[in-house]
Amino acid sequence: MTALVPLPVLLPLLGAALTLLLANRPLPQRVVSVGCLAATLVVAVLLLVQTYRHGLLVVDIGAWPAPVGIVLVADQLAALMLVVSSAVTLCVLLYSIGQGQAETSETAPLAIFHPTYLVLTAGVTNAFLAGDLFNLFVGFEMLLAASFVLITLNGTELRIRTGSTYVVVNVLASMIFLISVGLVYAASGTLNLAHLAARLDALPDGVRLSLQLMLLLAFGIKAAVFPLSAWLPDSYPTAPAPVTAVFAGLLTKVGVYAIIRTQTLLFPGQEAGELLMVVAGLTMLVGILGAVAQSDMKRLLSFTLVSHIGFMIFGVGLSTVAGLVGAIFYVIHHITIQTALFLVTGLVEQRTGSTDLRRLGGLARMAPVLGVLFFVSAMNLAGIPPFSGFLGKLGLLQAGVAAGGPLPWALVAAGTLTSLLTLYVASRMWNLAFWRAPCQGVAPTAPLPALMVGATVTLVALGVALTVVAGPLFNVTTDAAVNLRERTPYIQAVLPGGPP
Amino acid sequence: MSTGANLVSFVAIGVLVGCGVTLLLERSLSRVLLGIILIGNGVNLLIIFGGRAGGAPIIGVTEPAAMSDALPQAMVLTAIVITFGFTAFLLAISYRSWYLTGDDEVPDDVEDRQIVRRAAAKQVSTADLGGEGADEDPEQVFPPLDHRSRRDEGPG
Repeated sequence: MTALVPLPVLLPLLGAALTLLLANRPLPQRVVSVGCLAATLVVAVLLLVQTYRHGLLVVDIGAWPAPVGIVLVADQLAALMLVVSSAVTLCVLLYSIGQGQAETSETAPLAIFHPTYLVLTAGVTNAFLAGDLFNLFVGFEMLLAASFVLITLNGTELRIRTGSTYVVVNVLASMIFLISVGLVYAASGTLNLAHLAARLDALPDGVRLSLQLMLLLAFGIKAAVFPLSAWLPDSYPTAPAPVTAVFAGLLTKVGVYAIIRTQTLLFPGQEAGELLMVVAGLTMLVGILGAVAQSDMKRLLSFTLVSHIGFMIFGVGLSTVAGLVGAIFYVIHHITIQTALFLVTGLVEQRTGSTDLRRLGGLARMAPVLGVLFFVSAMNLAGIPPFSGFLGKLGLLQAGVAAGGPLPWALVAAGTLTSLLTLYVASRMWNLAFWRAPCQGVAPTAPLPALMVGATVTLVALGVALTVVAGPLFNVTTDAAVNLRERTPYIQAVLPGGPP
Repeated sequence: MSTGANLVSFVAIGVLVGCGVTLLLERSLSRVLLGIILIGNGVNLLIIFGGRAGGAPIIGVTEPAAMSDALPQAMVLTAIVITFGFTAFLLAISYRSWYLTGDDEVPDDVEDRQIVRRAAAKQVSTADLGGEGADEDPEQVFPPLDHRSRRDEGPG
């Protein structure tokens, strides 16, 4: 079964090469990329079943044994993230095919959407499977390079303008990550995560803490944690709808994943716990207050995205198993639901030509299906029972209450307030865009392609289905969190002979 | 473990990264690009000095005990390739920006422009702008939209 582990990286990369060869031949290109991502999804599900039943899967690339060679490690957390990310990328790919985003046009003479999108997927899966810090860096760079191309697709003036901010901020984050990698290697003489877990404990406290903070800084920019989040709401909304959707759903969560991985495996102490909780609270509140002030659906959703990153960081900062369970569950819920909301917004834009809440209106009557899709996803995001948003928030708040102490209680209060404000924001969007009478000047344009609606319905249904499978899902996340806290299963699987 | 790092190398790294950060804070994309190249080179030096110094790590040429650490060098190769790719992309972006707007400056974001507009219309206190009032900076109140010749959209 270990042969399956490299496939989630290899399949999209091979697909990218093939689709590049097939450029300007739309049908074969579509078939190849959909086939690749569907196969990736199947492999990811198999990996999840396998890791849940039999524990971690480790592959030494090129048969070089662990501390020297590159390892790919699939544990429960990585497998879970793989399943969710490949399901979401597949849905978004179908959506963009339906929208015709992937086609050649006057402004895009070469059909580069498919290859770039597949490289992005390969980068994301590589980051999830990476067993050493440098491979994690390479995964980040792959997805970044692809995201640069996607965010400036067609090279219009607006996209170049916002894209340049995005590029500069993310290149800076990469440089900080690279500095941290260099320092970690200089201090410990290894980059293998399992090997580091054994060696970092021996370092002086001050050195270890500064390495931890450097890594947190790099991942914090990627994950858009509050003081480092200002770039996100400005750069995401201008990209094409499916691109914004997949960025919002996945890219920030790769940063959150890296924080979870390093905080549990490399730095199991609680030195940064309080810092993480403080920034988590600020991320929630500042993000959602930003959302309250917005009048454009895409910008508003970008701010809720930033705000809800705080929930996940809160779970990590608690440094308890219950907190981690909540954080992982919340990551899964949030990937599906945030992507679904951006896809629905893309449908609104396709239908009316605008996402400006001051100009929209009467959509519930004009497009009832759109209304239902938006209402369900928005309520899910706000955390109305019985949706998975409620379960995720409940898990995190319970973990906070169980941890006790002034800071966790403050975070519980901040989380509750954020949920209420999210509900306010969601109902404001609903009232303005869907419920009130149509504004003048909004002419319904083309009917929606069935494939776009189908992909969105699938993703919204997936978000709702998380409630149905919440019991088994909590079992898997608990299992993942327990293994993350214990550390020994991971270290023993990667270094069977013990750390050298 | 001797890493070959000394004061000169640290000063070199510091100067490279320091100059890079200074350039990164500029508005013009081509200066930002130079800044990123400088930071990238500084970071690469830092990684190189993280490993053991010594002879070429080839069996038969150097004694194993006297070999340099090959891993940071391999990592630096990868990092150089990645920085090269980003450099090329940023060049393309700044060229495109110059092509479309006549310069390669990164403009204010939407929110900033809204605040400036409101301040110009006296809807918010100019104190919110932090020090300098809107009236004192004509460039901010009247964004220089059309003073450069705009080129046609697209490369044709």
